[in-house]
Amino acid sequence: MELEDIYTQIIIEQSNSKKNKRRLENPTIVLEGKNPSCGDEIKLELVIKDGVVADASFTGVGCAISQASTSLMIDLVKGKPIETAMELSDLFIRMIQRKTVNESELEPLEDAVALMNISNMPARVKCATMPWHTLTQALK
Amino acid sequence: MINKIINSSSLISDVSDLKENEYIKDFPLLNNMAEGKKRLVYLDNAATTQKPLSVINAVKEYYGHYNANPHRGAYGLSSKATQIYEDARECARRFINAKSSEEIIFTKGATEGFNMIASSFGEDFICSGDEILLSIAEHHSNLIPWQLVAKKKGAILKYMYTEPSGEITTKEITDKINERTKLVAITHVSNVLGLINPVEEIIRRAHKVGAVVVMDAAQSIPHIQVDVQKLNVDFMVFSGHKMLAPMGIGVLYGKKKLLDNMRPLLYGGGMVESVTEQDTVYAEAPYKFEGGTQNVEAAYGLMKAMEYIDDIGYDKIAAIEDKLTAYAIEKLEEIPYITIYVDRRQGKGTGVISFGIEGVHPHDVSTVLDAYGVAIRSGHHCAQPLMNHLGIHACCRISLYFYNSMKDIDCFIDAIKNVRRWLGLGA
Ligand SMILES: [Zn+2]
Repeated sequence: MELEDIYTQIIIEQSNSKKNKRRLENPTIVLEGKNPSCGDEIKLELVIKDGVVADASFTGVGCAISQASTSLMIDLVKGKPIETAMELSDLFIRMIQRKTVNESELEPLEDAVALMNISNMPARVKCATMPWHTLTQALK
Repeated sequence: MINKIINSSSLISDVSDLKENEYIKDFPLLNNMAEGKKRLVYLDNAATTQKPLSVINAVKEYYGHYNANPHRGAYGLSSKATQIYEDARECARRFINAKSSEEIIFTKGATEGFNMIASSFGEDFICSGDEILLSIAEHHSNLIPWQLVAKKKGAILKYMYTEPSGEITTKEITDKINERTKLVAITHVSNVLGLINPVEEIIRRAHKVGAVVVMDAAQSIPHIQVDVQKLNVDFMVFSGHKMLAPMGIGVLYGKKKLLDNMRPLLYGGGMVESVTEQDTVYAEAPYKFEGGTQNVEAAYGLMKAMEYIDDIGYDKIAAIEDKLTAYAIEKLEEIPYITIYVDRRQGKGTGVISFGIEGVHPHDVSTVLDAYGVAIRSGHHCAQPLMNHLGIHACCRISLYFYNSMKDIDCFIDAIKNVRRWLGLGA
């Protein structure tokens, strides 16, 4: 496993980006996610309107992988219907678990595919999946 | 103070410049290559140490020549296995200078030791309203069992807090130990701070009010001499695998008069005098605490590990580690974005340095270092209350041992200087 394959340009940009890291004024759902082993903590805020994820943001601290994964997730699900967001979350988790490796099947994940290599790093898998598990939990 | 440490170690003439280390040849794993053909730089010794050939061979030798169930069969081989197991107990007694080998109980590690004391002593002798005093730097294994005892018995759990320098002051000790204190559980050396706690003073104070002291020696005994009679400690616990021995073996030391009044934790074979349909007479200590077939090969390995440490000598181990620690701190302090969490120049300690890199999560630090062949620990180090007290979520930790070298530290520092670049934070 080379560092280039883990800390890719997209991941580095997203982990240092502040654009999704903010508080929402009137979130309809707020849920915390944690990786106790690593110390990653996020607070996911969502505005659900007419069955659609109208807005999303997060705050918190954590490793580059968890922060980038959260940010990429928010980019992806914002503006999408709840069912689609749930499907994307499921697809992402299957990608990290290497249950889905087919490139065309993974296409809907867009930039979040950049985290695929984390599947080769057992110690960091939870960092990548934690925000998506939190999202699934929040939308249930 | 750093200069002073360097000077005092250089007085010991047989510590060479430590560019290369003379002991590394005894450790097969350290001579193997890390991934990517880089030499493995192993700086996670507080988690577990590597094993010298003599210990690895002992385990092999045991199964090749001596394996039988000790204390059971009346035949030569079983007697041999029994002898090895009891030799290991006598070796451990000598190593910590216990009065009698009956005070040495083999466990599977420090965690089992603490749980045994908490159940077999704590639950029977701690009452409602009693105070149990811990330090905030305790490992979860010497903390959670006491939370459970406190909840079960209605006792009060209290903490001695460390200063920003990492020390526990005399004032904190005298403020917290009082007439209601029934038990004090204290680590000799914290796995995060690496400083030697004033255990003599704590034990003296505790005994004045009639309290019993449980000492965690898991992080001290690999590095410094621990004499239970000199300390006058009541219970002491350590793990073998942090001091060159195999995993799955540890020692619980207890004063005989305390052990005699305690009930066993595990009931079954090997711990009884006689059993009738309705009743059982238990064996004496230490056997009543060693129910089931024990980890004899690991006990034998522990004996070889203690012999290895004896051969080098604690003075030399400390001289090497002091020199390496001072060098590592000096190099880390030259890097502006590094924070060292404990002022390691305040007091004498072991080779533990906990630190952080500005803007980078500890987990990413260890991932990057791993790619450079450098193994360090990151996280909360099973000491979450301490992390809270220090005001951090997690930290990076290097922990040195006598087989490390200046070259290891140079590799570590080179790798550290690359971390921020990989995380897109410039040089
Ligand atoms: Zn993480």
